[in-house]
Amino acid sequence: MGTFSETGFVLAVTFIKIAVVLVILLTTIAYLSWLERKVVAHIQARWGPYLVGPHGLLQPLADGVKFLFKEDIVPLEADRVVYWLAPFIGFTLAFLSIAVIPFGEGFTFRGHTITFQITDLNVGLLFIFAVTSLGVYSIALAGWSSNSKYPLFGGLRSSAQMISYELALGLAVVGVLMISGTLSLRGIVDGQAGFWHVRGINTYLPHWNVLVQPVGFLVYFIAAVAETNRIPFDLPEGETELVGGFHTEYSSFKFAMFFMAEYANMVTVSCLATLLFFGGWHGPVFGPAVLRALLPVFWFCLKVFCFLFFYIWMRGTLPRFRYDQLMAFGWKFLLPLGLLNVLATSLAVAWLSSP
Amino acid sequence: MEALFYICAVLAVLAALNVVVQRTPVYSALSLIVVLCALAVVYLLLGAEFMAVIQVIVYAGAIMVLFVFVIMLLNAGRETPSQRSRLARWLGPPLVAALLVEVLTVVWRQFPPGSAAPAAALDAGPKAIGERLFQVYVLPFEVTSILILVAILGAVVLAKKEL
Amino acid sequence: MVPLSHYLALSVILFVLGAAGFVFRRSVITIFMCIELMLNAVNLAFMAFSRFLGNLDGQLFVFFVIVVAAAEAAVGLALIIALYRNRESLNIEDLDSMKM
Repeated sequence: MGTFSETGFVLAVTFIKIAVVLVILLTTIAYLSWLERKVVAHIQARWGPYLVGPHGLLQPLADGVKFLFKEDIVPLEADRVVYWLAPFIGFTLAFLSIAVIPFGEGFTFRGHTITFQITDLNVGLLFIFAVTSLGVYSIALAGWSSNSKYPLFGGLRSSAQMISYELALGLAVVGVLMISGTLSLRGIVDGQAGFWHVRGINTYLPHWNVLVQPVGFLVYFIAAVAETNRIPFDLPEGETELVGGFHTEYSSFKFAMFFMAEYANMVTVSCLATLLFFGGWHGPVFGPAVLRALLPVFWFCLKVFCFLFFYIWMRGTLPRFRYDQLMAFGWKFLLPLGLLNVLATSLAVAWLSSP
Repeated sequence: MEALFYICAVLAVLAALNVVVQRTPVYSALSLIVVLCALAVVYLLLGAEFMAVIQVIVYAGAIMVLFVFVIMLLNAGRETPSQRSRLARWLGPPLVAALLVEVLTVVWRQFPPGSAAPAAALDAGPKAIGERLFQVYVLPFEVTSILILVAILGAVVLAKKEL
Repeated sequence: MVPLSHYLALSVILFVLGAAGFVFRRSVITIFMCIELMLNAVNLAFMAFSRFLGNLDGQLFVFFVIVVAAAEAAVGLALIIALYRNRESLNIEDLDSMKM
């Protein structure tokens, strides 16, 4: 009976964590769309959403209601099963990778340590890559099942782009793995605690991986923007090029699912960037126990917010790449750069760890 | 824990049946992806976490994407039933069933349920596999990389419009 | 603990299904997918034995099988594309010009 209540407790805690994370993620996605419209509007010297609620803060609510009540149009010759399945796959996979992301240190409650992470897999980083690889299907299948020119081309182009930049993404992370020696995300962040000490002197620079892997971070971030199909890499869904790309023939709730999946992917990629390169939740921690447990979460969210803001900033500022420029950049520049980074990092690690 | 294996096994068998039976190639491809993911869960249950994730990333996430791309590019439609031997169509399924029963009986007799006990749980994490791969199996590893290079060159040449 | 024979039984069923599909289907791409199904059945057998004999080599074999399957899929699909360009058909009954 002792073990039964033990597993029962663990199960209950896990369900609560999942519920909390899902609610927070859904709200973040909704308000990310508000933030994007506001920031892009101000960059373009106009107001953005202003009428619904103070400063348009209730706009996401209005959008949600609109999506629910809009007419659901399905093309006549569309392949029913796959047409319905594609947005669901995309939506589910986009939310799945949040399961291994650690938000903070943790706290003790009645003798049990509760970490701010739903589950800590030994191969957590690879799990996120696995989920990203499967995400290609939702776009390819959406494009194909709409049975129409523009979605088919948009879908094929977009999937080809995603699988090309997945390679660069994986390579960029190998440098970090060589330094941390573990695939568990919590382990990678734990390796970034404290400050850099050069020959015993404390340089007050945080022990973040970006300072030893600047090229890796650059390759990772560019590949991540391409993976999530955002400007400057969003030709496959650019309105002036391919009407709507793979989601042209989708309306109301299914379109909303693609929309939410894209934002969820952005959030996941930004979380990974902070975990791998910017020290995750490490930051100044002080005060009573409650504050000590919540401050790391605050620092993590602040760093993720900075990345999301940078994403939106790029959207408002940069022009799009042409498709052939995009593919050439991914294969001929980013991939060799990633390989060189792996080579240099492995040489450095071998030299520094040799007696 | 065991219940999860049986659920995944049933799922894999049903999906494999769907692969073989469906007339539209896209549905076969999607069912094959389900089989691959079900097998990945079975590998996890066997304690091989690294191989499970590799199975999903490489097999379900790259090889099957290739299949789906080719199906879409060639616009492979529904398959028309065979015009040839009627005898083969009637003789086929019973022979398949006979083969299945035969091999299952041989395997079941060879490893009756009580006999093999699992050895001590081995560490199948990335570090252990990497050590084994780069120390004992380094030659096959290098040969496989040459194989992949040859395959890439071959695929590019074969699929070109004009040489 | 699930006995070894259950893992092997699953492997056998998947293999026979793959073999049956390989023999009976007419579309070249589906035949290719049945080959992949057979390879996966063998992978499962390797993994089960690796666990029950306590030897990591089984998992390394699976690693190599996956890599070789990837190379084979790439070349095979390129062949299928080339064939389609020449014969305009994905039915193997139209691809039997070497039969006697």
